[in-house]
Amino acid sequence: MMQHIKPALFMLLFFTVLTGIAYPLLVTFGAQILFPAQANGSLIVNDKHTLGSELIGQSFTRPEYFWGRPSATSSSAYNAAASSGSNLGPSNPNLRELVQQRIKVLRELDPSNTQPIPVDLVTASASGLDPHISSAAVLFQLNRVAAVRHLPLDKIEALVTQCTEARQLGVLGEPRVNILRLNLALDNRRSCLE
Amino acid sequence: MFINTYSQISLYLITLLLLAKPLGVYMANVYENNPMLLNRLFAPVELALYRLSGIKAAEEMTWKQYVAALLWFNFFGGLAVFIVQIAQAYLPLNPQQLANVSFDSAFNTAVSFVTNTNWQGYSGETTMSYFTQMLGLSVQNFVSAATGMAVLVAMIRGFQRTHATTIGNFWVDLTRGVLYILLPLALVFSFILVSQGVVQTFKPYLTIPMVEQVQASPPTQQTSSQTIAVGPAASQVAIKQLGTNGGGFFNANSAHPFENPTPLSNFLELLAILLIPAALCHSFGTMVNDPRQGWTILTTMTLVLLGALLVTLHYEQAGNPLLNALGVDQTSSLTQSGGNMEGKETRFGIVNSVLWATTTTAASNGSVNAMHDSFMPLGGMVPLCLIQLGEVIFGGVGSGLYGMLIFAIIAVFVAGLMIGRTPEYLGKKMEAFEIKMAAIVILIPAFFILMGTALAVLSDAGKIATANPGAHGFSEILYAFSSAAGNNGSAFAGLSANSPFYNIVLGIIMLFGRFGIILPVLAMAGSLAAKKSVPATVGTLPTHTPLFVLLLIATILLVGALTFVPALALGPIVEHLQMLNQL
Repeated sequence: MMQHIKPALFMLLFFTVLTGIAYPLLVTFGAQILFPAQANGSLIVNDKHTLGSELIGQSFTRPEYFWGRPSATSSSAYNAAASSGSNLGPSNPNLRELVQQRIKVLRELDPSNTQPIPVDLVTASASGLDPHISSAAVLFQLNRVAAVRHLPLDKIEALVTQCTEARQLGVLGEPRVNILRLNLALDNRRSCLE
Repeated sequence: MFINTYSQISLYLITLLLLAKPLGVYMANVYENNPMLLNRLFAPVELALYRLSGIKAAEEMTWKQYVAALLWFNFFGGLAVFIVQIAQAYLPLNPQQLANVSFDSAFNTAVSFVTNTNWQGYSGETTMSYFTQMLGLSVQNFVSAATGMAVLVAMIRGFQRTHATTIGNFWVDLTRGVLYILLPLALVFSFILVSQGVVQTFKPYLTIPMVEQVQASPPTQQTSSQTIAVGPAASQVAIKQLGTNGGGFFNANSAHPFENPTPLSNFLELLAILLIPAALCHSFGTMVNDPRQGWTILTTMTLVLLGALLVTLHYEQAGNPLLNALGVDQTSSLTQSGGNMEGKETRFGIVNSVLWATTTTAASNGSVNAMHDSFMPLGGMVPLCLIQLGEVIFGGVGSGLYGMLIFAIIAVFVAGLMIGRTPEYLGKKMEAFEIKMAAIVILIPAFFILMGTALAVLSDAGKIATANPGAHGFSEILYAFSSAAGNNGSAFAGLSANSPFYNIVLGIIMLFGRFGIILPVLAMAGSLAAKKSVPATVGTLPTHTPLFVLLLIATILLVGALTFVPALALGPIVEHLQMLNQL
């Protein structure tokens, strides 16, 4: 029994140095050289100002912006220091109430809109930081944003087309729109083509 | 859309099966110590390491010595993770100045990572320093996976050998698993993940002004900036996917955009979940000199996975009927994936969330890219069942296949009873000792899942933690104990499991779920190695036929059903019926 103690301690030390120090350091070093933008959080930078991370959604609550997924993160929506989903079960009455409230807010914001509400606009994402919504959820908000901003519909449609991401490699994932990027484009702060 | 759903599933399964064969053969070479290219790099490292540690690599171990070495190594590994956590405030690489972890949580997490479970009672970005993530958790991601593979290889040697007293050298198997298999794969995978946007930095968390508040005039007084957690995530995500560990760097695990930013990263992380477990089937076939045996096991696993996948897909794509009643559009169309999107990410939609939920629970990975707690009752029951089947449908690296071989032994035993012959598997007679060990392996998780759940629902400390009322709350508890006993690590995460009750009870159960199975498996390996090989006759049940695949599937499902249907009836099934009643 006892003869295994020394090898056990040495092996643990060796693997700690190898996989706990050397490996992450090597990956960090290589990543910072090969893919510095991605390794540091895919930040959107304009004139030296950091506008956000392309991958991390932000909360939009004003009518002139496209809104993203509801977020269940604690203390405030889109709290990127504490990612989390709602974990509400499908039969939980609270889920039903929350969805009802979200529907009410969206309907009051744009009473003229009678289209059915796309599911991703009223359900919380898994991370609470989902940067995307479906094309259906963008189309649902198109008229409202155009009206509030006094912009012609085709101009906004053109921006939406620019900001829409197709399935990766033609097959993978779902078509989607990055809300932060679309709203930055609307504000003329950074085009989706950049 | 229909076509896209099935093309993604097909692409996934085909890629997996294509990659499994070459990797499996390579891994067999690694464990058989055959010469290979990487020897030039690693052979001197191995030699130096063995010399320093006082290991005689050429000397093999009996099964008891193998167990002793394994237990000492895992004991010290767990102790190290525990100490790092309770002292992280005094250690470097802690830019957010996170406090020391509480004793019960540190115990739970140490056990969780040593047992390859990676159940997470804590939330990554608010609890663990970069130091703890790297030197504590990441290390165990490698060595717990290598431990599982070592046990499997020892068991295969039991089938290979006749009249032998030894089953290999644990230190050599462990070292070769990390150096030649896990480390090279993880290194390459890390860089691919970073290219997609997984973060890898030692900088502190970022603070960025939010677009909406900045543009508002006058600027609003409320939270006008966003703090974004970052860290050395890619290196850890790579190994947590490959080693069926599953412990996320961030709380939301692979649903977090920094752990799984794009559909391509998602596809590759999905592949990584099943890659080694699938490949090991071929390693097994190669090592027992009969590739058909490996194919049989792999076919069995794939068929059960596919069935589970289609059931979950059906319920999640159909959406939540209670939301339909509110006028929410959950139909699948060209512009949206539709379905039950609560707790799911837009970029993954339904199909990738379901594919992940079934593979991560079929394998004992336990990482998530969608919140299982918010799945439909029957959609969420499937991942739960996959765990309860014993983590043998691919299962953990190594542990899945040794679990599956136990079921194969039970299957030949059942068939043997039917025709009145002594059962044989791979030329070895299965006698009383083997069947006893197999029975222990099957009973241990079942016992701890059901008794643990019973204990929790009988105590206030257990019940208070549920986030959802009624039957769903019961499902949360049942899922937690299944996940711990099966060493899976995923959760119905609404359960507030970071309490002394859950930390300690689940911690103990994880230990039994891991080592309570490794011990009888290695004992059986020792017993098998000592046996002579009996030649196959006309009366021998062939174990490489479609008939055997069916027999094996039936054995797995029957054992699972007999054990867990009553418990499932109280949770997901009753919740499903209650929902139908509300319409």
